[in-house]
Amino acid sequence: MCGVRCEGSWIGLSRAPQTAHRAPTTMTITINHFLIVSFLLFTIGLFGVLVRRNFLTVLMSVELMMNAVNLNLVAFSRRLSSLTGQVFSVFVITIAAGEAAIGLALTISLFRQRKTLNVEEASTMQG
Amino acid sequence: MKDLIWAIPLFPLAGFLVNGIVHLLEHRTKGERVLHDPHGEQPAAESQKDLGHPHAHMHGEIHPRSKALHTAVGTGSVALSCLFAFGAIFDLGLSRLSEGATHVVTLYRWIPLGFNEPLGQVPGKAAEWFVDAAFRLDSLSALMLAFVTFVGFLIHVYSVGYMGHDEGYGRYFAYLNLFMFSMLVLVLANNFLLLFVGWEGVGLCSYLLIGYDYHKKSAADAGKKAFVVNRIGDFGFILGIFGVFALFGSLDFGRVFSAAAAAPADVTPYMTLICVCLFIGACGKSAQFPLYVWLPDAMAGPTPVSALIHAATMVTAGVYMVARCNVLFRLSPDAMLVVAVVGGFTALFAATIGLAQNDIKKVLAYSTVSQLGYMFLACGVGAFVAGMFHVLTHAFFKACLFLGSGSVIHALAGEQDIRRMGGLAFKIRTTYRTFLVATLAISGVPLLAGFFSKDAILAAVFEAHMPTAPPWLPRVLWTAAIFTAGLTAFYMFRLVSLTFWGVYRGSPEQEREIRESPRSMTVPLIVLAFLSAVGGWVGIPILRGGDRIGELLAPVLLPIASARVQAHHAAVSQELLLMGASVAVATLGILLVLVWYGRGNGEVPARLAARWPGVYRAVANKYYVDEAYDAVFVEGLGKGGGRFLWDVDATVVDLIPNGAAAVTKAFSWVSSLFDQYVVDGLVNGLADTLQAGYRLFKSAQTGRVQNYALVMGAGLFAIVAVYLVFR
Repeated sequence: MCGVRCEGSWIGLSRAPQTAHRAPTTMTITINHFLIVSFLLFTIGLFGVLVRRNFLTVLMSVELMMNAVNLNLVAFSRRLSSLTGQVFSVFVITIAAGEAAIGLALTISLFRQRKTLNVEEASTMQG
Repeated sequence: MKDLIWAIPLFPLAGFLVNGIVHLLEHRTKGERVLHDPHGEQPAAESQKDLGHPHAHMHGEIHPRSKALHTAVGTGSVALSCLFAFGAIFDLGLSRLSEGATHVVTLYRWIPLGFNEPLGQVPGKAAEWFVDAAFRLDSLSALMLAFVTFVGFLIHVYSVGYMGHDEGYGRYFAYLNLFMFSMLVLVLANNFLLLFVGWEGVGLCSYLLIGYDYHKKSAADAGKKAFVVNRIGDFGFILGIFGVFALFGSLDFGRVFSAAAAAPADVTPYMTLICVCLFIGACGKSAQFPLYVWLPDAMAGPTPVSALIHAATMVTAGVYMVARCNVLFRLSPDAMLVVAVVGGFTALFAATIGLAQNDIKKVLAYSTVSQLGYMFLACGVGAFVAGMFHVLTHAFFKACLFLGSGSVIHALAGEQDIRRMGGLAFKIRTTYRTFLVATLAISGVPLLAGFFSKDAILAAVFEAHMPTAPPWLPRVLWTAAIFTAGLTAFYMFRLVSLTFWGVYRGSPEQEREIRESPRSMTVPLIVLAFLSAVGGWVGIPILRGGDRIGELLAPVLLPIASARVQAHHAAVSQELLLMGASVAVATLGILLVLVWYGRGNGEVPARLAARWPGVYRAVANKYYVDEAYDAVFVEGLGKGGGRFLWDVDATVVDLIPNGAAAVTKAFSWVSSLFDQYVVDGLVNGLADTLQAGYRLFKSAQTGRVQNYALVMGAGLFAIVAVYLVFR
């Protein structure tokens, strides 16, 4: 099946007119777009967390996932006309700052201990 | 008076209690001092030369008042016994005793055994079984009673002088009185069991008095030896008593003997068994051949004890018992044969040992064994009267000889070796004269006591009718007996010669100290010497009415009428011939001594000893019988048996504990298997299960953060998926 239509249909959102003689109008950015972007971001972040070996890269991938979540929160906040989501995302950003600080501190500590940042080698907790 | 015979033994018993208690009280008050007695610290003071020395511990004088009490009670109680004994005898009357009068005083029923079914082996068997405490006065016990109390009294008087300086004066008299009590119970007993009580009592007193000087190992050992050897005999005796009880159902003399007299002939094998058992007892008590070894050692006791117990009275208890049971013995010719052969052999055997002894008391001891053999020889050929007659005369002259030897030892301050004596005849005249009279009597010089009794025995042996023996045996026994008579004369005169004749062979200092013994010792000697001289006149043969002792004892010892006739059957000429033979032999023995020792100073015997040194050594060492017993019984059966029993214990008996251990081990093995496979299996199985689970889940714990994150993600995805699908 073709990509775009199917994609819109698959998501089940409001259907765009698909006539060729449609007037060139500005494309309405709906919540679906935000969710797709957020999904992609989250997926990229998850991929990075699961696959990348470098601890720093993993940390950055975590940041990506958190930003995906933030985007999601803000998008729903707008859609539902409730500020709760936005406030929540500000909290998440705040926590993410702390998380980044701790994560960098861990990075330094790990490097001092192991002379490497390869997470595969930081596996002494294995059973 | 005759109803008071129960009192006769009780006087010495009371004396024993008084003396014993007073002695104990006295001993306790000065026990502290006794504890530090130098003898006490060296119990085996063998180095002192005064073995048997009467004053071994004379430094401990006792209080004069208690000494007077001991003297009065000790001798007085026996004197009362003697008076009551003679009173009872004369109350009953000698003529009535000769007619067979028997007086029984029953004190109480001692052991009632109730009624039993008679076994029916012997007719007349009583269905009621019991033992009474009863005393019996008949002619046999009257004879024993008379001389036991009288000689006992004399020896008690003698002891006052002999033991006067001894610390154990009270103890000595207590034991001596206890002995008199036991001996009188033995003599007066009306049944086998009461006789056995007295029998054991005299054995105990013998043990106590032999070991009187208990701080000397030799005396203590001698006492033990006497006790143990007597136990062997008593074992036989008590088996004999059991046999009598089993066969007759009673132990009462009257019932047993009347039942035995009427017994059918088929009980003879039982009779033989019983009589041999009884005779084994007599062998122990009267020192016959296999069991004689204790008597020479018993001389370790004080000399009056040797005179009273080991010569005159106790050792004749065996003869008395055999004579008392003459009805039983007559029923068994085989048992009589055993008695005769053992007696004859012992007489000769002991006489030869007596030839080479150098201890004055040892010579007399072997002489006693030999004379006792004579008595058993008489009993064995059926001449119970002659045997008892010899018991009587032997009591007189052997008591006199022992007391005389005690007087010699007393005078020489404990010297007993006749090689260091000599020439005493003029120093201790009374002792010498009495000793000489007694020596003449034992040697069988005519008209003295020993002549008549010995002659009666020799005549009886010569004419002996022994149905189960080979026909030459009586002649052999007679030859042995008459040879023994010659040997007796020889060794007794050798003793007199070495002790009293010639010159003194000790040191001059000792010679100055020699004194005649006090009156309390010499008077009994004189009385006994007198009796040794005339005591035989109660049994003069040939003369009509001369054999008074035979008439007296006939009711007890010759119960069968035909035997009484037989006793007087012997021809006068033959009797005279036999007498002449015994006199000739005795004279030969005496003359040999006179020639060899009197004039030749013992050169001939010394030459003979040098010529056959093996023979002399064997005789001087008593044929090594003690050594043989030591090797066979003490070392062999005693210690070897102990080792054997140890082996049995180690191999057989230990099978039980070892088996138990093996069973326990087997059970514990099974139990350990259960533990190992079942209990441990449960525990290990649980652990193994857990371990397997651990291995399974361990692989999930990689330690890699990314794996965990993946699983988390997958889990989240799964949960959401489930949520979406199953909403």
